[in-house]
Amino acid sequence: MFEQTDPNQIQLNCEGQLKHYLTTEGLSREILTEILDTADSFVDMSEQEVKKVPLLRGKTVVNLFFESSTRTLSTFELAAKRLSADVLNLNISTSSTSKGETLKDTLMTLEAMHSDMFVVRHSDSGAAHFIAEHVTPKVAVINAGDGRHAHPTQAMLDMLTIRRHKGDFAPLTVAIVGDILHSRVARSQIHALRTLGAAEIRVIAPQTLLPRHIEALGVRVFTNMEQGLKDVDVVMMLRLQKERMNSALLPSESEFYKLYGLSEEKLALAKPDAVVMHPGPINRGVEIASSVADGPRSLILNQVTNGIAVRMAVMSMSMSGQATEKQKQAASGE
Amino acid sequence: MNIKIQGGRVIDPAQQIDQVTDLYISGGEIAAIGDKPTGFSADQVIDASGKVVSPGFIDMCAHVREPGYTIKGTIASETQAAVAGGITTMITPPTTKPVIDTTAVAELILERCEDLGKAKVLPMGALTQGLEGQMLAPMHGLASSGCIAFSNAREPIASSLILMRCLEYAATHDLLVQFQPQDASLTAGGHMHEDTTSTRLGLNGIPEAAETIEVARALTLIEQTGVRAHFGQLSCERSVRMVMDARERGLNVSADVAIHHLLLTDENVNGFNSDFHLIPPLRSQLDRAGLRQALIADGIQALCSDHQPHEAAAKDAPFAATEPGMTGLETLLPLSLMLVDQGLLELPQLLAKLTSLPAKILGLDNGNLQPGTVADVCIFDPDATWKLTEETSFSKGKNTPFMNFELKGQVTHTLVNGKLVYSRD
Repeated sequence: MFEQTDPNQIQLNCEGQLKHYLTTEGLSREILTEILDTADSFVDMSEQEVKKVPLLRGKTVVNLFFESSTRTLSTFELAAKRLSADVLNLNISTSSTSKGETLKDTLMTLEAMHSDMFVVRHSDSGAAHFIAEHVTPKVAVINAGDGRHAHPTQAMLDMLTIRRHKGDFAPLTVAIVGDILHSRVARSQIHALRTLGAAEIRVIAPQTLLPRHIEALGVRVFTNMEQGLKDVDVVMMLRLQKERMNSALLPSESEFYKLYGLSEEKLALAKPDAVVMHPGPINRGVEIASSVADGPRSLILNQVTNGIAVRMAVMSMSMSGQATEKQKQAASGE
Repeated sequence: MNIKIQGGRVIDPAQQIDQVTDLYISGGEIAAIGDKPTGFSADQVIDASGKVVSPGFIDMCAHVREPGYTIKGTIASETQAAVAGGITTMITPPTTKPVIDTTAVAELILERCEDLGKAKVLPMGALTQGLEGQMLAPMHGLASSGCIAFSNAREPIASSLILMRCLEYAATHDLLVQFQPQDASLTAGGHMHEDTTSTRLGLNGIPEAAETIEVARALTLIEQTGVRAHFGQLSCERSVRMVMDARERGLNVSADVAIHHLLLTDENVNGFNSDFHLIPPLRSQLDRAGLRQALIADGIQALCSDHQPHEAAAKDAPFAATEPGMTGLETLLPLSLMLVDQGLLELPQLLAKLTSLPAKILGLDNGNLQPGTVADVCIFDPDATWKLTEETSFSKGKNTPFMNFELKGQVTHTLVNGKLVYSRD
């Protein structure tokens, strides 16, 4: 009865280019590939003496973090700076919201400072969509993680890492292991892997850590890790929050590690050239063995490097998508 | 005051009347249908040609928000919205502040309504004091002061022993108990139906079992105590089937459903529109189909608005941070008429679920057009198309996804106690 327009279309401008980056869901293969190609060029650049480009010169980027994060915030900050933007970091988790200010009030205050881009992390699923719907036109919104919904820059840095090591996605079997239920990373990875054409996507977890009907997203579900890891090309581990024990989702860390922790023995079931990834920060001995995390097949540190490049890519693409839309609208308005 | 409603299609499900004729009202009561009563001289004539004349609607669940939450709605604003929607009687749950657990609160609501003279608001009393699930509310006294039924609303009574005693006490006084079934722990922290869409959106799900568990517990104790009971705003196919089975076994139970649960599904939450944040949540397509089947099969006897007005700020945040509920008084009729358009029900069948059947459940004398009955009447144009807008809506709450949506079927006149309280002209 209501027109079922794709809510993720809000990410695209009138030309079908990225203008916000909120979720990997609903983005075409062309756009995801463009993100990867753009990021690839930034990876090469970061290895050079001068690491800066003027793509966002004169622009103000506000990192709006309602949930604390060191790693994601610092890579976004570096990414913005390497694009020559002015950067403002705001940790709002303890300031405004505890004083009763609504998200919309916070947003309006920051808009009054003439920001050009908001990078948002928030504990509510859909918060980045909400902000994108309410910002003034020509301000870009980048989702740095919303609730359990999406973490699209993490997913694409994972895709970049996979592509740089494996080349093509088509022949790959990828396993995502651990706390799928609470993971925005897993959801964004699944959408990206599907769109990029991975042959098979598996999720591996006990039922208590699997959301209802996850198979509807196009994954094969395994509750047994030995079966799930068989012949996979890529193993993507997820972080397990310690508080999950208190909410009766798991009996103990040691039992979880025994059944779902990535040990050398379990990794041996995957293909001989399988690679291991983890969004960090890692819990050694809870979801992954130290020898695996630090081993030759681990790409965990490559992921961090690629993270800066991917964030530069989506920031510059969104800003340019906003500029294009503004020009088009100005032209049609005259 | 004598009123003649002339030339309308008079539909009275209680008397199985459906004919184009005149309706005569005198002294606040229905005087006659068809032939003019002897000595009747109309002070006012309402032309109802091309329109439907029906008993005023009885809404089994509408939050008026007063006392306590007048930022969301007042008895004045919500009873005005009700009559604009053809609703002449509405039941308000005990979740006011203070809770309807003393005669003073019940009387305050009733007196304010009477002063305003728009729709009638009948308070539903609390089953337990403060809805805390510990001590019995003074049900007999509340009933004497006008509470029509008793409920612990969406605060399930944790102790089955205390719930059983509530039901025994209500049965002692032949009081109707209403359940809005939900299990506390399975609902806690949830924001939408647990299914594919909640998984995709990363919103915490409320499983079907949150409803069915409480329906099962309630039915067990209803059977044991013999209390008269009603289930409000069921959302799952399985719970409706449980209630229907119980009726077949001879239990004195009935059920209603909120109109939006017959039209929308959890997939509407796509895009995080907080107007679709509802408790009970919009369920799956299978659930919606099951509810619609139960409506046809009379497993669901009544339709309600489950009207929940909010101030704008309550809905203006990321989905999970918003308050659940949508307004419904002014859209109850056009949304219900969609079921007729879709071929699910004939118009008289639909009107029965808005008039005579809820009256029967609640033990009310109105809800029909028999001579001698209080003249609560609604006249509507079934073909008029219109849009509800923020400016034209009478409710304080503007929170409905049907705002600015093209609706078909519009109330033109509403009479309460034989007085014209709403007219579009």
